[in-house]
Amino acid sequence: MLKYLAARILYTLPVAFGVSVVCFMLVHIAPGDPLTSILPPDASAQLQQEMRALYGFDRPLPVQYGIWLLKVLQGDFGTSIATGRPVATELGRALGNTFILAVVATLIGFLLGSLFGFVAGYFRDSWIDKVASFISIIGVSVPHYWLGMVLVIIFSVQLNWLPATGAGPGGSGDWAWDWAHIRHLILPAITMSVIPMGIVARTVRALVADILSQEFVSGLRAKGLMDVGVFRHVVKNAAPTALAVMGLQLGYLLGGSILIETVFSWPGTGFLLGQAIFQRDLPLLQGAILVLAMVFVVLNLLVDIVQSLIDPRVQRT
Amino acid sequence: MTAVSIEKLATVEKSPGYWAGVARRFSRDPVAMIALVVVVGLILMAIFAPLVAPSDPYRTSMLRRLRPIGTEGFPLGADELGRDMLSRLIYGARLSLLMGVTPVVIAFFIGSAIGITAGYVGGRLNTALMRTIDVFFAFPSVLLAIALSGALGAGIFNGLLSLTVVFIPPIARIAESVTTAVRRIEYVEAARASGASAFTIVRVHVLGNVIGPIFVYATGLISVSLILASGLSFLGLGVKPPEPEWGLMLNTLRNAIYVQPWVAALPGLMIFITSISFNLLSDGLRSAMDIKA
Repeated sequence: MLKYLAARILYTLPVAFGVSVVCFMLVHIAPGDPLTSILPPDASAQLQQEMRALYGFDRPLPVQYGIWLLKVLQGDFGTSIATGRPVATELGRALGNTFILAVVATLIGFLLGSLFGFVAGYFRDSWIDKVASFISIIGVSVPHYWLGMVLVIIFSVQLNWLPATGAGPGGSGDWAWDWAHIRHLILPAITMSVIPMGIVARTVRALVADILSQEFVSGLRAKGLMDVGVFRHVVKNAAPTALAVMGLQLGYLLGGSILIETVFSWPGTGFLLGQAIFQRDLPLLQGAILVLAMVFVVLNLLVDIVQSLIDPRVQRT
Repeated sequence: MTAVSIEKLATVEKSPGYWAGVARRFSRDPVAMIALVVVVGLILMAIFAPLVAPSDPYRTSMLRRLRPIGTEGFPLGADELGRDMLSRLIYGARLSLLMGVTPVVIAFFIGSAIGITAGYVGGRLNTALMRTIDVFFAFPSVLLAIALSGALGAGIFNGLLSLTVVFIPPIARIAESVTTAVRRIEYVEAARASGASAFTIVRVHVLGNVIGPIFVYATGLISVSLILASGLSFLGLGVKPPEPEWGLMLNTLRNAIYVQPWVAALPGLMIFITSISFNLLSDGLRSAMDIKA
């Protein structure tokens, strides 16, 4: 067990290194010089040269990467071009909001997805299965940014029940667990929950159908165990995989929240990323991508560790 | 004399073959057939857009901005610049399908090549290739697409490039795992023992066995790719105005949801219909080819 844990953690290090290289290169694959967005178009050649030296862009790439990595490891992600504030400060405020949205969405998606998937797998090939499977296909096929728009049209524009944008009254970016704030969370969270719902439902359906077809279930039935008893065994067998899928989905939502946060102007990392793209604020873009990708890497690691603790038979490398 | 009769016998006993069976099972799946009809219809609509569309998708009219669905001369309303929505939705199929399908097709070839090479050669090359793939796998797909096209800037080519990079890793992974499994089968071993070159073995023995599962997996990615491609345009990356593209139309009509909400929602409905049809098509193909997920 310990050996597996050590191997799994060691395996993460080169991946994390690779991710940091990709994030570093993002600024350098951008067309033109990373400085073009800061410098005025009529800047003299000498000024350009001085600025390049000041930012270290005149040094070879590996050296630049080393300097950049050392700074990042100390929590220094550079300065946002658009706001002039440190990227780390901007990200810190936004991350909390993204976490709230993604966690709530994952929970809703997991509960509904398990329900649909379980019913579909339990009554396999019946009309209930067909309906539940169709709902899960809709879940994975719907463009979620459009679903968000449709929900806004229905519940904000037509019915005027819920706010269309923001995370709190007066556009405040600070979260609190009161109704004034939760009202703002409902639509984006439901929109976002559709993605994990579809995937969890598909996974759970396959798991339940597979478990029910195994011999030990027939054995339990033969012993005279009622449906409730069988149900308990099925849940116990399906839970580890379903939970792992949920963990990975949380990672996808944290990293992929940009479209939904843009639709709802939710003040999270995705929204920030959208602004960074719009203003060509490359340091902010780079910082946001790096943090989100690292969160995803760590979450993957945690999911694997927790899963192997629950069920030692699954040891993925 | 004898040779002819043997040949005749052989042809008589020839079985209908694998692909005939797949086609038969597929044609008996009503959901998959409906999806196929919708997909073919969308492709035809994209190709023959100039013949199908009632008017010019670029012609603006300041007097006819944001007309509701069912307006005289504008069956699906008019957008924020007074352009005919129906014509724009029809023309939109061109770029939306191109942006959604092309990356998966290119990634299918590159990813398969990487995965089959890694799986067949094995050893250090496998480790080097697959660990590199793992790095790209460590990004959620939406994030990687947006990171790349965010850094490269808007434009059709940059969008296609970013999406292709996103879909190479998952396809390479599947290709690697099926190839590794096939490589261990005895007849491949036998072919190698009888002196066949690596290229011949891959072409004759490996390709036929691995291309089916990789292909089905890749078709399943098309719906994700469509949603992502339109998503890029929705964020202001990818396709630039005034081109008709569903994601971009959704973006420019976002401010109109208080005036003409249902007109604003139409482009998304097109993305949804296309994406779900490709998904159902892929599911039908998977069960017809009897490939497990």
